[in-house]
Amino acid sequence: MFAGYLVNTWEAATIVAVVAGVAGFFIVLRGAAFAAHALPNGAFAGAAGATLIGANTILGLGVFSLAGAALIAALGRRARQDVATALTIVVMLASGDLFLSRTSEYAPAIFALLFGEVLGISSGQVVPTAAIAAVCVAAVLVLYRPLLLSSVAPDLAEAQGIDTRFMDLAFLVVIALVTTMAVPVVGSLLIFSLLIGPPAAARAFTDRPPVALGLSVVLALLSVWVSIAASFETNLPIGFFVGATGAVWYLAGHVRTAWAGHARHPEPARARRAARTPRG
Amino acid sequence: MPSPSAAVTASLAPVFEPGFFSSGPVHVALAVGGIVAIVSAAVGVFTVIRGQSFAGHSLADIGTAGGSAAVWAGVSTIFGLVAFNVVAAGVMELIGIRRPRGRDLATGIVLGASLGLAALFLYEDTISSSTTGATVTVLFGSIFTLAPGTTTIVAVLGAVSIALLALLYRPLLLSSLSYDLAAARGIPVRLVGGGFLLALALAVSLSAVTIGAILSTALLIGPAAVAERLTRRPARAIAVAAAVGIGSVWIGTLIAYDSTVWLGGESLPVSFCIVGLVFVAYLASGLIARALPERRLERRPGARDALALPEVD
Repeated sequence: MFAGYLVNTWEAATIVAVVAGVAGFFIVLRGAAFAAHALPNGAFAGAAGATLIGANTILGLGVFSLAGAALIAALGRRARQDVATALTIVVMLASGDLFLSRTSEYAPAIFALLFGEVLGISSGQVVPTAAIAAVCVAAVLVLYRPLLLSSVAPDLAEAQGIDTRFMDLAFLVVIALVTTMAVPVVGSLLIFSLLIGPPAAARAFTDRPPVALGLSVVLALLSVWVSIAASFETNLPIGFFVGATGAVWYLAGHVRTAWAGHARHPEPARARRAARTPRG
Repeated sequence: MPSPSAAVTASLAPVFEPGFFSSGPVHVALAVGGIVAIVSAAVGVFTVIRGQSFAGHSLADIGTAGGSAAVWAGVSTIFGLVAFNVVAAGVMELIGIRRPRGRDLATGIVLGASLGLAALFLYEDTISSSTTGATVTVLFGSIFTLAPGTTTIVAVLGAVSIALLALLYRPLLLSSLSYDLAAARGIPVRLVGGGFLLALALAVSLSAVTIGAILSTALLIGPAAVAERLTRRPARAIAVAAAVGIGSVWIGTLIAYDSTVWLGGESLPVSFCIVGLVFVAYLASGLIARALPERRLERRPGARDALALPEVD
């Protein structure tokens, strides 16, 4: 499992997990799960397009995920965010369909793009992965305070002169970069589980942002390591294990919240009614 | 002297390439596409009002897991899809109903776990039957490769979905527009919400299995979003959405069919053509909405909901 040819896998997957833990924390905080699903899923089209013209896959992913981020932001000015995201993902996927119909690339390659090929990472992939990861983490650290404030209390953030629209766009760009880095490693469908599961659980265990951020990274690392080991042992696709561990973390967090809520509020029904917010 | 119908046919010849009206796959595509567009439009209007686009899209992707599981188990794809989607909708409803953001997260987790299962089943499918095309078929679907019997199943499931919607119509509308007001009036808002999710799951299942996950989301959200920009009356919105949906599907099918001739053998994927039309309709509706006088005064207050709501724990 720790043989020489797998060193790249452990390195690349560890880098992806750290970044996913950090970015995921803000995704959960901002309720941006849909965008975090749409960009990696849609960027798949970019990878397909890149194979069509014989360009680098990472380049295709980068261009498409950044274009997707821009499209969500642009459409989001005049429509609900979820509608803007839904329209963006279908446009991106439809162009992927167009590209696929033009290539003779056969299904296993597509399967790898969708579900990852973490056990087949070359040493040349580790360096670009690390470089983009560094940019993502640096961006989140630089924006940490305004990003946190605009996520938790947008009104307060605006009152303090923080441009929340810029924060929305900046954060979408971060998701786009995470996408570019992570899709070749864990696949466009499963980076999403890694982005949502660990931070969702972390938030249930602590209210303090820095602690939750750290816990989110730790859980993401655990997810990835367990998944690689399990995938290696069972020979099943890694995506299955990443999806399963993500759900396990979330359930753990949910159980913890329910238990804490029950201990704190003797009348859960009333508390629940009070916490209810109007929909739409 | 040529008959009038012959003259019409002749004048339309440049639009409809030969064989369009006599092709069996085209008939099925137009019929199934039309039904799916109508059901998606009706369910889609409520999906957009309720801000559940993510759930609507997720169910299509979750359908991938159901479809691949069905291929693996050797049962009918549509059965696998419906079963998976109804269960997934139930789980979403169970774990994340309280807050919009919690709902977003619950949807995401169910989606993530399902995609994990999809990875597993698709992998098994590829290994066991070496049908490498299964991944692409389930994910992207194709309106041109439907079996003729599909029309009946789609019509029945679509009718169930519409009937459910009709049954819930008034309480659903009220609880979608004002959750608190509906709850205060004694409407069982959770039951209504769950019922809607069931209708959504059925509608998405039937569209995902026939036209693929991409088109499913496109037809669910796109036409409804167009309608929401043009009118505020729910019934009229459903009619507008259905018209936009049917128009996109039929014209898109025509363009895809004709493109074989235009491009000399190659053709444009039908999903691409339909999504393109839906997106163009959406952009055009923005321009039209700005020209409509009564829309100028009312800006939607919740335009940035998804990213801007503070979490209430």
